[in-house]
Amino acid sequence: MAWMIIFMIVPLLLIAVFAFTTTVPCDRDGNRLDEEEAAEIIAEEQAYWEENEIPLDERESAVVEKTIFTVQNILEVNKYMPTMLNSIWMALVATLICLLIGYPLAFMISRMHFVSQKMMLMLVMLPMWMNFLLRTYAWMTLLERNGLINRFFGLFGIGPFEMINTQGAVILGMIYNYLPYMILPLYSVMTKIDNTTIEAAQDLGAGRFNVLGRIIVPLSAPGITSGITAVFIPSVSTFIISRMLGGGTNMLIGDLIDLQFLGNAYNPNLGSAISLVLMVFILLCMSITNAFDNEDKEGGMLL
Amino acid sequence: MDKNKIIELKGISKAFNGEQVLKGIDLDIHDKEFVTFLGPSGCGKTTTLRIIGGFVTPDSGDVLFNGKRVNQVPPYKRSVNTVFQKYALFPHLNVYENVAFGLRLKKMKETEIAAKVAEMLDLVNLRGYEKRSVTLLSGGQQQRVAIARALCNEPKVLLLDEPLGALDLQLRKEMQIELKKIQQRLEITFIYVTHDQEEALTMSDTVVVMNGGEIQQIGTPQDIYNEPINAFVAKFIGESNILPGIMHEDYKVEFAGDNFVCVDKGFRHLEPVDVVIRPEDITICPPSDKVINGLVESVIFKGVHYEIMVRAYSDLWKIHSTKAPEVGSVVGIDFTPEDIHIMRKMESSQDYAALEHMNGEEAGTIG
Repeated sequence: MAWMIIFMIVPLLLIAVFAFTTTVPCDRDGNRLDEEEAAEIIAEEQAYWEENEIPLDERESAVVEKTIFTVQNILEVNKYMPTMLNSIWMALVATLICLLIGYPLAFMISRMHFVSQKMMLMLVMLPMWMNFLLRTYAWMTLLERNGLINRFFGLFGIGPFEMINTQGAVILGMIYNYLPYMILPLYSVMTKIDNTTIEAAQDLGAGRFNVLGRIIVPLSAPGITSGITAVFIPSVSTFIISRMLGGGTNMLIGDLIDLQFLGNAYNPNLGSAISLVLMVFILLCMSITNAFDNEDKEGGMLL
Repeated sequence: MDKNKIIELKGISKAFNGEQVLKGIDLDIHDKEFVTFLGPSGCGKTTTLRIIGGFVTPDSGDVLFNGKRVNQVPPYKRSVNTVFQKYALFPHLNVYENVAFGLRLKKMKETEIAAKVAEMLDLVNLRGYEKRSVTLLSGGQQQRVAIARALCNEPKVLLLDEPLGALDLQLRKEMQIELKKIQQRLEITFIYVTHDQEEALTMSDTVVVMNGGEIQQIGTPQDIYNEPINAFVAKFIGESNILPGIMHEDYKVEFAGDNFVCVDKGFRHLEPVDVVIRPEDITICPPSDKVINGLVESVIFKGVHYEIMVRAYSDLWKIHSTKAPEVGSVVGIDFTPEDIHIMRKMESSQDYAALEHMNGEEAGTIG
């Protein structure tokens, strides 16, 4: 419980505090000053200090900064709504493709011989042993105008194709980086589906599609929910992929937040506000996914 | 019994990873018959059942349903249904939906489904359990759901793969009787796999004893018990005293250091044979010159009878009797010529059939 407070509640509260506050200049009595007034006073003070050669440690400004409650930050997020929606859209596409690739793959692995299963799982995990940045950087060299793929097509006189710095490249980066998070939870629920359960369905007259739709999908529903969650959340808030593969043309909400904290648009209050709004969006998306899951059965989420 | 052949297996062989599991199985199964495949684990009985169900394709040989070859027909197109060993119920569906599964696939009307499911749940005494989750049922109840689910499709043949294996003894006995009743009421063929000889003898019309991927003997429970074809069958079905012997001539056999009159014939002169005598066929009498005499080594109370071990020369005899002699006393071992069963060494049903053919006899023990 103590750990929960330290690692989850406290950071969340900090973000909330930042999101709903801003700093404003005011005089020593706590009266608020507008920006121009404050700048004027500071300039006067500065001149006075210089003139009389006041030592640095004795210079006390009449203008101080004060933190006040405001909803201005939250309202300002509205300005970035297109970026927000674009991020959510791209993350949804990436999640869907991950599901389409990961689902059959996870099922195939779960039906393999025990030794092959371990082997395949290792292959799935293998790219994750490499640093995230390096993995994405590798894709840059592949997708570049003079990259390996274009050079390969060049051999046949096709191309070059404009692959890097497109939305597609960013989605590809998301899929590549987060596919294992889809496969692993799916695999873990699918290994629990007994072969005789599938045989029983076949025995009762279920062909391929009925076995899939009536047995395998309902029984792997918790894995689907977990997989979607595990891919969607990091995809929607990712910030380096779009910069490396999107060339800054496809700014995502993650990049925007990054810019507020570490970039030149330094404004942690706005950054926190954007994060908070994003959290609400994710929460909304997840509750929709969970509603689907609960419809099928009472099985809980894995993640 | 109706002699309509419903399923025929012709020379079925199957190997898994280079290991020969079935070595040429030939078998006819008739309409409305209760057939049991009986044998120790690894004898190929489950594989045979799975071949009939369509889950395993034989390497060679043919499977015929009503005279039609069905080797390549997938399970969902076969007119058989299976009750699986570990029930294999659908954990995400309740009792009603489990039973209705096959009917839903047939796209039947909801009212017809409801009527059929109710009928099946009645049959297995599970009325009122419709809305229960199958994962919360007891083993016996899960078994009943599995039976109802398999019977719902009105199969011509029901395959049962050790369905009672996980139940306790009392429940198993109840279910044995119930299954037999269901089979007689529905008038369909049951093919039942078990390693429990008592189960096989209680329920079956025909018992198929298997070992090492081969059929050892096919017959009624009485045939199998009273006229085991070889030492394996004798040992596997009930308890036996198996002694090495030599056939001197028809109706005359030497074993345990003496010559005896028996009812078997058709052996070569001085052919080595196995002599089988059931422990319950032996009576204990006062020692005399006319019978084998031995020393009582142990007496164990078994409930219905005592199990008495008597040593005579180098042989140890197992005898079942309701009266217990004293340990250490000398007793006589008596049996009639009818109690002596002579078996050729390592004899299988093919050899036996050949032998009977040679003698121009009717195949009395083969059903």
